[in-house]
Amino acid sequence: MIKTSIARKVAMALSGLFLILFLGQHFTINITSVFSDKLFNMLSHFMGNNPLVQFILQPILIFGVIFHFVMGFVLELKNRKSRSVKYVTFKGKANASWVSRNMILSGIVVLSFLGLHFYDFWVPEMNYKYVEFLPQDPNRYYSELVHKFHSPVRVSIYSLSFIFLSLHLYHGFSSSFQSVGLNNKYTKGIKLLTVAFSLMIPIGFIFIAIFHHLNG
Amino acid sequence: MNLTLKIWRQANADAEGKMVNYSISDVSPDMSFLEMMDMHNEQLIAKGEDPVAFDHDCREGICGMCSMFINGEAHGPDRLVTTCQLHMRKFKDGDTITIEPFRANAFPVVKDLAVDRSAFDRIQQAGGFVSVNTSGNTQDANAIPIDKHDADKAFDAATCIGCGACVASCKNASAMLFVSAKVSQYSLLPQGKVEATDRVLNMVKQMDEEGFGNCTNTGACEVECPKGISLENIARMNNEYLSATLKA
Amino acid sequence: MSKLDSKIPEGPLAEKWTNHKSNINLVSPANKRLIDVIVVGTGLAGASASATLAELGYNVKTFCFQDSPRRAHSIAAQGGINAAKNYQGDGDSTHRLFYDTIKGGDYRSREANVYRLAEVSTNIIDQCVAQGVPFARDYGGLLDNRSFGGVLVSRTFYAKGQTGQQLLLGAYSAMNRQIGRGKIKMYNRHEMMDLVVVDGKARGIIARNLVNGKIERHSAHAVVIASGGYGNVFFLSTNAMGSNVSASWKIHKRGAHFANPCYTQIHPTCIPVSGEHQSKLTLMSESLRNDGRIWVPKKLEDVEAIKAGKLKPTEIAEEDRDYYLERRYPAFGNLVPRDVASRAAKERCDSGFGVNKTGEAVYLDFASAILRYGKEQAHVKGLDENDTALVKKLGQKVVRAKYGNLFQMYEKIVDQNPYETPMMIYPAVHYTMGGVWVDYNLMTSIPGCYAIGEANFSDHGANRLGASALMQGLADGYFVLPYTIGDYLSDDIRTGSISTDTPEFDAAEKEVKDRIEAFVNNNGTKSVDYYHRKLGKIMWDKCGMSRNAKILKEAMAEIKELREDFYKNVNVPGAADEFNEQLAKAGRVADFLELGELFAKDALERTESCGGHFREESQTPEGEALRDDKNFAFTSAWEYKGEPSEAKLHKEELKFEAIEVKTRSYK
Repeated sequence: MIKTSIARKVAMALSGLFLILFLGQHFTINITSVFSDKLFNMLSHFMGNNPLVQFILQPILIFGVIFHFVMGFVLELKNRKSRSVKYVTFKGKANASWVSRNMILSGIVVLSFLGLHFYDFWVPEMNYKYVEFLPQDPNRYYSELVHKFHSPVRVSIYSLSFIFLSLHLYHGFSSSFQSVGLNNKYTKGIKLLTVAFSLMIPIGFIFIAIFHHLNG
Repeated sequence: MNLTLKIWRQANADAEGKMVNYSISDVSPDMSFLEMMDMHNEQLIAKGEDPVAFDHDCREGICGMCSMFINGEAHGPDRLVTTCQLHMRKFKDGDTITIEPFRANAFPVVKDLAVDRSAFDRIQQAGGFVSVNTSGNTQDANAIPIDKHDADKAFDAATCIGCGACVASCKNASAMLFVSAKVSQYSLLPQGKVEATDRVLNMVKQMDEEGFGNCTNTGACEVECPKGISLENIARMNNEYLSATLKA
Repeated sequence: MSKLDSKIPEGPLAEKWTNHKSNINLVSPANKRLIDVIVVGTGLAGASASATLAELGYNVKTFCFQDSPRRAHSIAAQGGINAAKNYQGDGDSTHRLFYDTIKGGDYRSREANVYRLAEVSTNIIDQCVAQGVPFARDYGGLLDNRSFGGVLVSRTFYAKGQTGQQLLLGAYSAMNRQIGRGKIKMYNRHEMMDLVVVDGKARGIIARNLVNGKIERHSAHAVVIASGGYGNVFFLSTNAMGSNVSASWKIHKRGAHFANPCYTQIHPTCIPVSGEHQSKLTLMSESLRNDGRIWVPKKLEDVEAIKAGKLKPTEIAEEDRDYYLERRYPAFGNLVPRDVASRAAKERCDSGFGVNKTGEAVYLDFASAILRYGKEQAHVKGLDENDTALVKKLGQKVVRAKYGNLFQMYEKIVDQNPYETPMMIYPAVHYTMGGVWVDYNLMTSIPGCYAIGEANFSDHGANRLGASALMQGLADGYFVLPYTIGDYLSDDIRTGSISTDTPEFDAAEKEVKDRIEAFVNNNGTKSVDYYHRKLGKIMWDKCGMSRNAKILKEAMAEIKELREDFYKNVNVPGAADEFNEQLAKAGRVADFLELGELFAKDALERTESCGGHFREESQTPEGEALRDDKNFAFTSAWEYKGEPSEAKLHKEELKFEAIEVKTRSYK
C-alpha cells in the first residue's frame, strides 16, 4: 500500500505526530495524579470506560504504535541494505547529531519500555475489564499507579526509558514537519517547540514516577 | 609534509576490494588534494605499480566529477568544497588519511575510487526537464515575469553539481537532496510547474528503483554538500509529492 | 576535398541565413527515423545539438568521456552569455553584436557566420528560459543584464557566476528528455578513437569503452564533433583535466582541415602557478579588473625582498609601485582587452618584476577600490570619512557584495585574504579560437562530418569576446547545425542503416587497436604526464603570449623530438582491457604532440600580429600589435599530409562587405 520512499516517510511522520499527540494527552492525565487523586481517578475512569475511547481511539492508537515501529524497522532494514559495503571510516558526528542517526536505538529502548508499560498497566487493565469482568471501581486507578512506583528498580527503568524517549522526540518531532513538507519561516519555532516538548514531557513523566515513589 | 594514505583499491566492479597503506613524502601544503593524489600516482607508476583510479575533471569545483570520501567525510573535512578544492594545508605532517570511494549500492565501484553515478542520470531522464522543443519560436524570454525570490531559490537549487556527496554522507545512502534540488528548481519556475505532478512522481519512482535508501532527516547531506543545497528542497519535494499523489 | 568552399549563401548579409534556411533540402519526419547521427562531446554545443536532432526525429548516438554528459567543461564558464535582446534599451541590435564580435576578433572571422550568430543569439535566451534555466532577474521579475568585456551595451545574461553550469544543465535536461524517449542513446565513459570514412563520407566512429577497454564500432549517416578546444596542449590551462584535441585531431588526420591553430586566448586574471605540482589553473572572472588595479614594484630590490618574505606588498609606498597598465594605456588603463593585459603582465615578469616565488605573478589590488567605496558609503551614511578603520570596513563590505564568491575561491586556493593583501594573478591559457575548419553549414572538409562549438574555428577570429563562447556553442547546437545537417542528410534517406561490417571499419579498428597495443607494450621509463608537462613548457615558452620566428622554429623542432622520444620511452602502466586512465591520457597527449607542432607552424607562417597571436616582428614602435591586412586577411586551413610540419596550407580569403576594417587602439 505505502510503497514509495516518500510515502513511507510521510507515514512515519504522521504516525509519529499522532503518537506525540497521544503522549501529550497521556501526560496531561498523569500529571493530575500529583495534585489530585480524585481528578486522576475520574479521568482514568472516563478513559477506561468510555466506549469511544475504548473501542475507537484505543485500537487506532495501538495500530499507530505498531505501524510506527514496524515501519521503522522496515525502513531501517532497507536503509542498511542500500549500502552493503560499509565505510572503513565514517565520521557521522561531523555532519549529523547523534540522536538523528540513532533513532532506531532510542526507538528500540522506547519500544521495550512500552512492553514493560503494557505489562504493568494495560495487560492488568484488559484483564480486569474484559477477561475477568470485575466490577467497576472508579477509585482504584490512583492506588494502582502509586503501587507500581514502589520499586526503585522500576522507577529507574522508567526514568532511563524516558531519557531515550526524550532523545527520540528531540529529532522526531521537528523532523516530522520536514517530512510532511513544511520547512519555512516557522521551522525555527517548530524546532524550539520540539526542544521544549522533548525535554518537558519526559521530565514530567520522570517527575511523576519519582514523586509517587517518594510519597507512596 | 609526510603522510600515510590508506586507500581503497578495487580492480573492477566485480573484484574484492581492500584498504592498502601507502606513505608519501614531500607533500606541499599548497597542493590540492588531487595534486597530492597525482604525485602519489606518479610515484606508483615509477615503481611499476598500478596507479590509483579516481574521477576528476574540471578541478575548480563545478563539474562534480571528483568524489572521494576522505577521513570519513565526503570531499574531506573542509566545508563547501569539492575534493579538488580541498588543499593539503588542512592536514598536518604525519597524518594518516583514509580515502574511500563514495559508497552506496546505487553507486557501484568502477575501479578504486571511481564510482558509477549513472543512477543520477536515470533519475533526471525520468522527469528532470521541461518538455519544450527547440524551435526558435518559443515565447519571448521576458513574457513571463518571475518573482525574484522564486528565481533566486530556483537558482540556488539548480547549483547542484550532481557529485553524490549527499548520498555518500547519508547514513542511509539516500538521494533525496539531489532529487529534491531538481524537483525544486522546476517547481519554483512557471515554466516547470506545468508538468510538476508527473515529474515528481516519476523521479521519485526512479530514485526508489535505483536502490537509494530513505531519508531520515539527519541533515548530513546539507552539511556535506559542496554547494550548500538546503534541506528546504527536500521538504518542498515531500510537499510536491504529497500533492501529486493526491492529484494523480 | 582540398578545395575550400565556404558555401556562404548569396544575398545581403542580413538575409543570408533566412534565405539559406528556406532553400536548403529537408528530410521528412518519416525519413528522419531512418537516419542515425553520432555526436561526440556533450558540452553546450554537443548536448544542444543532440537534443535538437533527437527532437527533430533523428536517431542520435552521443558520446562523452566523462561519467555523465553533465560534466562537460562548458559547465565551468562563469560570466555570462551575450544576446542582442536590447532589453535594457541601450541601443543594442543584431548588427551591433555582429560588429563587436568581428572587431573583437580583430577582423579574422567569417562575416556571414558571425552575423548568423548574432541573429540567433536572441532565440537562445528564449529557448533557455523556456527550459527552466534560472537566469538572474530584477525585482520586477524580468531578466537582468550586465555589461562585459569592454563593449558599450549591457547584453550579457547571467546566472550569478555559474552561467555555463546553468546553460549546460538546461541542454543536459533537454538531452535527458530525449534519452528517456529513446531517441538519444547515450554512451558515457566512451572515447572516440577514430573516424571511419566510407566512400569519402564520414560514416561512423571507433570508440573505446573506458570502463572495460572494449573497442566498439558505431555507424551513422553523419558524425558531429563537439569536443571543445585544445588549450590543454599547454598542459596548464583553465580547461578541465580531460579536455583534449583527440576527436578533432582524428578527423583532421582523416581529411578535415584544421584552421588557425595558433589563435589562443590567454586570459589575464588567473590564479598563478604555485609550484611544480600544479595540475591546472583557475580562472577568476574578468570583472575583477573593473575595481582592481594591477601593479608590480618599481624597484627590483623590493621584488627580491618580497620573494624572500622580508617585505609585504602593502608596505610598498605608492611611489614605488608601477601600475603598468595605467602607465602604458592611459585611456583604457586596467580595462584593456584580454590579449593586451596578458602581454603586458608577461613583459613585466620577463623583466624580473614577478612577485611570487616562480616570478610569474603580478598584483591585482583592491585597496584603493575599498577606500573609494568606503568613503562613498561613509558619506552616504553620514559617518566620519576620515575614520580609516570604518572606511575600510564599509569598503570591504561593498567589495564583498560584488566579488565575494571570487574572493572566497581565491582564499581557498592561495590561503591569503585578498581583502587585506593584494591578489596575485597571472595570465593562463583559456580558450582556443582556432579549430576544425568548417563551411557555412558547419561541415568540415569531410562530407558528413561536422564540427560545432569551440571545436570549430568559425566565429571568434583571432580573439574571442567575453560571454561569446556560450553563445556560439548553443547557437551551433540548437539553431544552426540541426537545420544545415538536413541539407546533407536529404541525400541519405534511401541509404538504409550503415553496416559496421566493412573493410573500412575493419581497418580503422585495427589501427586503433595497434596504437593501444603499442602503448601498453611499450616498456618505457617516463610517465605520460612527464611528456605532457614538457610539451606544455615548450608551448608556453615559445608559442605563448608573444612569438617570433626563431623560437617558433625551435618549438617545432623540439616538439618533433619530444614526440619521437614519447613513442620510444613512454611508460603506460596497466592493460588495454581495463579502466586505464594513463592509457586514455597517453592517446590524448600523443595527439597534442602532433597538434603542438602544427600550432607552431601556423604561428610561424602568420608573420602579422592579430588578436591573441602576437608576433614580435610585427609591432608598432610602442610595442603594440600590428595587423597586416594586405597579406593576412585569410583563414589558414591546414591539410594533413603525414607529419605536422608537412601540412599543406589552404587560404580562405576573408571578405568584409558590411563593415570597414579598422585598427584597434587602447592608448
